[in-house]
Amino acid sequence: MQADTILQTKNLSVYYGTNRVVTEVTLDVLRNRITAIIGPSGTGKSTLLRCFNRMNDLIPTFHLSGEVLFEGRDLYAPHVDPTEIRYQIGMVFQRPNPFPKSIFDNVAFGPRINGYNGNLADLVEKSLQRAALWDEVKDRLKGSALALSGGQQQRLCIARTLAIEPTVILMDEPCSSLDPIATLAIEELMRELSEDYSIVIVTHNMQQAARVSNYTAFLMAEADRVGVLVEFGESRQIFTNPQDERTEAYITGRFG
Amino acid sequence: MAVIAPTDFKKRLDRRKWEGRAFYVLCLLAIIVALGMLAVLLIYIGMKGWSHVNWGFISSFPSRHPDEAGIKSALLGSVYLVIIAGLVSFVLGVGAAVYLEEYAGRNRFARIAQINIANLAGVPSIVYGILGLEIFVRSMHLGKSLLAGGFTLALLILPIIIIASQEAIRAVPPSIREGGYALGASRWQTIWHLVLPQAFSGILTGVILSMSRAIGETAPLIVIGALTFVPFTPDGPLSRFSALPIQIFNWTSRPQAGFQEAAAAGIIVLLILLLSMNALAVLLRSKLEIRS
Repeated sequence: MQADTILQTKNLSVYYGTNRVVTEVTLDVLRNRITAIIGPSGTGKSTLLRCFNRMNDLIPTFHLSGEVLFEGRDLYAPHVDPTEIRYQIGMVFQRPNPFPKSIFDNVAFGPRINGYNGNLADLVEKSLQRAALWDEVKDRLKGSALALSGGQQQRLCIARTLAIEPTVILMDEPCSSLDPIATLAIEELMRELSEDYSIVIVTHNMQQAARVSNYTAFLMAEADRVGVLVEFGESRQIFTNPQDERTEAYITGRFG
Repeated sequence: MAVIAPTDFKKRLDRRKWEGRAFYVLCLLAIIVALGMLAVLLIYIGMKGWSHVNWGFISSFPSRHPDEAGIKSALLGSVYLVIIAGLVSFVLGVGAAVYLEEYAGRNRFARIAQINIANLAGVPSIVYGILGLEIFVRSMHLGKSLLAGGFTLALLILPIIIIASQEAIRAVPPSIREGGYALGASRWQTIWHLVLPQAFSGILTGVILSMSRAIGETAPLIVIGALTFVPFTPDGPLSRFSALPIQIFNWTSRPQAGFQEAAAAGIIVLLILLLSMNALAVLLRSKLEIRS
């Protein structure tokens, strides 16, 4: 294991019931880098991402083989509490999902339930500033989060995640329901955040992966094997000089 | 070339239009009959009892003299009964609904429980009366008290509250739960801080509507021994009691015209109570939904 590897999967296969949706994926995610997972629909990208914070545990038929390591620790070892994992590995979802509470309470939710004792107002302000949302909402922190635009809601969800100071931020197609301007704002934000956080992003948008990520993993479905890692490497190399012809076919738009 | 000759088509078309009109008239008749019956009832009751409804009627105890008879004790009894029933079934109902929706998953026990709750909602109310008599009045030695009556009504409306609460909980989008879990919330914190607040307006509506059902129940209260002549206000949960429907039932069985009027007046009070509870439910629902 490299010194700066933060997340790792070893020969990871994921099943829903008897259905295998991720097949024997071995992957290293580096600290303070942005790693993109790309691939056509239904190739297990989100499922793979959700293994990193044990979100899949919520699905009753889910089980896996292989290993998922966070800072060298097996996330699926018997004594590991998923709540503790999710406190360290935050997640931003495909559709903005602010709670039907005030903007302030949305950001304060994570710290509160985890027993934060410091100055909550400062923490909320800092988190909103880091998510580049503070200036737009500072005068209406008590207002409902649902009154924000889609792009603002997504940045609020990012601020909410930042408020618990995670080590890793997982993003599951965070821009898929946003317009191009809002998408640009989120991408800029991701670049800034990668100085302090490790980010894994699932995206359908290859341009986005090329623009923001340092590393790219390409997943595909084969005849009888779904969720196969075809190629993994530096984004520059994947998008300019792919080693596998299937990767090349996908990024040049010949299928997908 | 059309598949149907134009003359045939024209003939069929006229017939189809006629059928359409006939169907429309039938549906209209159905609603007129349904509403008409209600209107006749309301007008009949109103004409008979409206002059009898006044403060004296509401603030007097029952009497042997129709002109002096009032509903004070019955009205208070009904209000206390419904408050007890509402509180008890709210706690039990929401608990059961949270268990079924959030904890149980799809196990065998949950499936059996679910089917039985639906069945319980259809059990005749008199059966609940017999159950209440056996459990609360006799086994638990609560006597023929407000508490026993309230508990019995609570059992009666429990299935309705469970089902309404389940629907309200199910209406909370899964993305809200995911958002909570992703921030390190435990299951209990997610339910308590995120799911229940959002389901609350729906739950409350269900509780109030089923309370308004409970307030009109007569049979189970007769079975557990509600009184028909109570010249005192209930002085505690173990006090004996009467209730509005019981009082009305009692008066309608008297031969004197004065008691018939009193019964009609009692029905008016009961209807006003019912309608205001239902209005409150609608009001609360819209208010809470705007806020969230």
